[in-house]
Amino acid sequence: MRHYAPSSRRQGVALRAVGKTGRMARGNRRLSPWMESPDTDTARLELLEGFLNRSDVADCTEFALQWAAEWAAIAQSICLARREGEMTLTVVGSYGFRPANLSNFSVSLEDWRHPLVQILANRRHTFFSGIGPSGQERRRRPMTPFEQSAFHVLPLRTGASDEAVGLLLWSGTRRLTPEIEWFGSVLALKLAQVLRRLALSEGDRRQEYERSLLRAIVNAVTDPILLTDPEGRLLIANARARALFVTSEEESEGRRGAVSMNNMLLSSALSSKAIEETGAMRRELLLVNPVDGSDLLFELLSTVTEDARYGTGIVSILRNVGDLRRATEQIEENYRKMRLAEMQARAERDRLNLIIDSVADPIIVTDASGSTSLMNDPAERLFATRPGAAASEQRRVQANDAHFSSFVSGLLVSDDQRRVGEVNFTDPATGAAMPFEAIAGKMLTEQGELTAVVSILHDRREALEKAALYEQLKQASDELERKVHAATADIAEQNELLRRQAFELEQASTLKSQFLANMSHEFRTPLNAILGYTSMLQQGVAGPIDGPIKRHLARVASNGQHLLSIINEILDISRIEAGRMPLQLTKFKVPDLIGEVLAELDSIIRRSKLEISTNLPKDLKPIHSDRQKVKQILLNLLSNAIKFTSQGSVTITAKAMNGPRSIAISVTDTGIGIAPDDHQRIFEDFKQLDNSPTRAYGGTGLGLSICKRLADIIGGEITVRSQLGKGSTFTLTLSHTR
Amino acid sequence: MKKKTRKPIVLLVDDYPDAREMYAEYLEFSGFEIVQAGNGVEAIERANDSHPDVILMDLSLPVMDGWEATRRLKADDRTKHIPVLAVTGHALTGVSNDAKAAGCDGFITKPCLPEDLVAEIKKTLARVEAGDLKHHRSGHNAKVKA
Repeated sequence: MRHYAPSSRRQGVALRAVGKTGRMARGNRRLSPWMESPDTDTARLELLEGFLNRSDVADCTEFALQWAAEWAAIAQSICLARREGEMTLTVVGSYGFRPANLSNFSVSLEDWRHPLVQILANRRHTFFSGIGPSGQERRRRPMTPFEQSAFHVLPLRTGASDEAVGLLLWSGTRRLTPEIEWFGSVLALKLAQVLRRLALSEGDRRQEYERSLLRAIVNAVTDPILLTDPEGRLLIANARARALFVTSEEESEGRRGAVSMNNMLLSSALSSKAIEETGAMRRELLLVNPVDGSDLLFELLSTVTEDARYGTGIVSILRNVGDLRRATEQIEENYRKMRLAEMQARAERDRLNLIIDSVADPIIVTDASGSTSLMNDPAERLFATRPGAAASEQRRVQANDAHFSSFVSGLLVSDDQRRVGEVNFTDPATGAAMPFEAIAGKMLTEQGELTAVVSILHDRREALEKAALYEQLKQASDELERKVHAATADIAEQNELLRRQAFELEQASTLKSQFLANMSHEFRTPLNAILGYTSMLQQGVAGPIDGPIKRHLARVASNGQHLLSIINEILDISRIEAGRMPLQLTKFKVPDLIGEVLAELDSIIRRSKLEISTNLPKDLKPIHSDRQKVKQILLNLLSNAIKFTSQGSVTITAKAMNGPRSIAISVTDTGIGIAPDDHQRIFEDFKQLDNSPTRAYGGTGLGLSICKRLADIIGGEITVRSQLGKGSTFTLTLSHTR
Repeated sequence: MKKKTRKPIVLLVDDYPDAREMYAEYLEFSGFEIVQAGNGVEAIERANDSHPDVILMDLSLPVMDGWEATRRLKADDRTKHIPVLAVTGHALTGVSNDAKAAGCDGFITKPCLPEDLVAEIKKTLARVEAGDLKHHRSGHNAKVKA
């Protein structure tokens, strides 16, 4: 509400009021000069008295302008004032205008070219004459409710140097009377006073607002804050503090008890001398929570304030250390966990480092910018110079670094995830070439952002050496293979040759056997005649013989017989050697065979005068063997026994045996016997123990040899047991199935 | 007590005269009547005209060998009853089998002493007497002087 804005109602009121005073009755004296008349003082007093009773801006100005109309004959007037803090001059009072004419009238102070603003600034009375019929304007004049009429503008100021508080505009002639000048100065003083008071009251309001704001802030603090007098009595407390230290009658007994306990505890804490000595203190204070009776541990922070008007006070702030302690413990716990995690992380990293270092292949981790962020020991041998290294070593390390960088940068700029290639490094220490196979892979974050490139280098020297060795081995193997081929071909050739030779030998052998067979026949035919005629002569077919002739014929007969047996045995040996004695297996009874043998040797047996006997068990099973060969062996053994036995007996024994050799046939004689040393020799070719030309016994010496060969063919065996002078036993052992 | 009947007739077949005449002389000395032949064809003729009691057949003969001659003799009803003893210088195993296959009743390997040959003949004649041999007509020329 604009208290100072003129309104018709107020104007009406003012007029009425003036009328009521009854002093307006003296209006008829208005034309009289002020200064000279005793009425002037009266009028002035009236104005000053009116001001005393008025404190409102609008009230004052309305009254003043009415007074001016009455005592200074001013028909129309306007009072403009600047309110505190505003940048406009607004109408605070008027006289002689209709309100509609004034409603839009105000002047912005920012428009400094405005004539009224300039007047306010230079504080000089100014007169704007009315605009004549010519319509010409002699000077720039503002738009005012006076329109084209002439009017005065008087800055309202309290002193010569003071700033104007407003402007008084009135209609009238050019003349500025002292009466009006006095009125202006009085109005300025009053207006300044009223306006100041208005401004002051606004300041109070602002102060009150700020105070409530401060209170809200203090209440908003979660820590209890309180101001007490030195005796510990509560002067000011925020909401949190009131919960602890203030109570009302409505609250429960327990709560009230807790609060009074808290007050006592606080008082005793604050009454300590320490406060006075240091002016501030910090201590722990245990209070009771009025809500649930639990303990609350606070840190009490007290500061003594000295105020000239209100005396000494103590500002205390209580901080809940229970929470703090918990928070501290939490922090400590977190810190401990963090340390633990850090230790684990460090251990993990150490282990990882150990692992990486223990890998024999160099490993290098490069960050996205291409600089090395990690390398293991083997990598350091390639890329790091040792302290005090020779210049050549440093150059090699740089060269290695350059090779590797170009390899990795190739991967960094490409879209590939991996890169595999060969990089030729140099051993920094020796300068030896070190071909490596390099495998580099990108490490990406989950967002696919490149974080690092991990490169693993694998020394290819070993592989190359192995390849070289393999090549050598392969060459050696090929060489060997060639040799084996050549040897095989050679052997094949030899085999072929041997086969041919074998064939030729076989042919030769066949021819030999054929020849022997023929020879044998050719020998026998004349020998038959020789032996036959000799026998006939001995029998006296051609006439009786006697004496020496008989003896000579006996010699012819025995030598003829010897020749015949030699021929027979040579024939046998040659047939065995030529393989012309194939195995012919049949089943036969041994006693029958022995009977045949005895029958064939019947004539020799009869001539020998020996006792020949057999010892054959009845339950002897038939055997399966080569009948002809067994017979020939037995013939030989028996004829030998007879030949080498001059007197005594010859016994043929057969018996079944356990084991693979199922039968044994023995020929036992009581003849000359064989010395143990000769037991093997007798089976060799052409061996008769007595080799002298005058030996006592005939025979080729081939008999036992033939027997042994025949026994071999049929899978049998011939053994001898003999004692010199006591006789011999030759045993043929046979198996059923061969 | 021996009956005085005719002497047994032996047909000696051999191409080698020394052996043939030696055996002939000794067999005559031993009480046999001898008919001789120098080859297979002659042997068949003599067997048919002389009616021998036993034939001593050498196997290796000119014109017709002893195996063939024996087969023919054994195939002929008039001569098949006469025992044939093969006498040969071939000592090879296969020979005696072949001789048996050809129909020989016995096998004698040369050299064979004359007395051994006589023993064989007597044994064979005894078997004939006993009816022991195949194709032999028992009782024919039964009386043989020992």
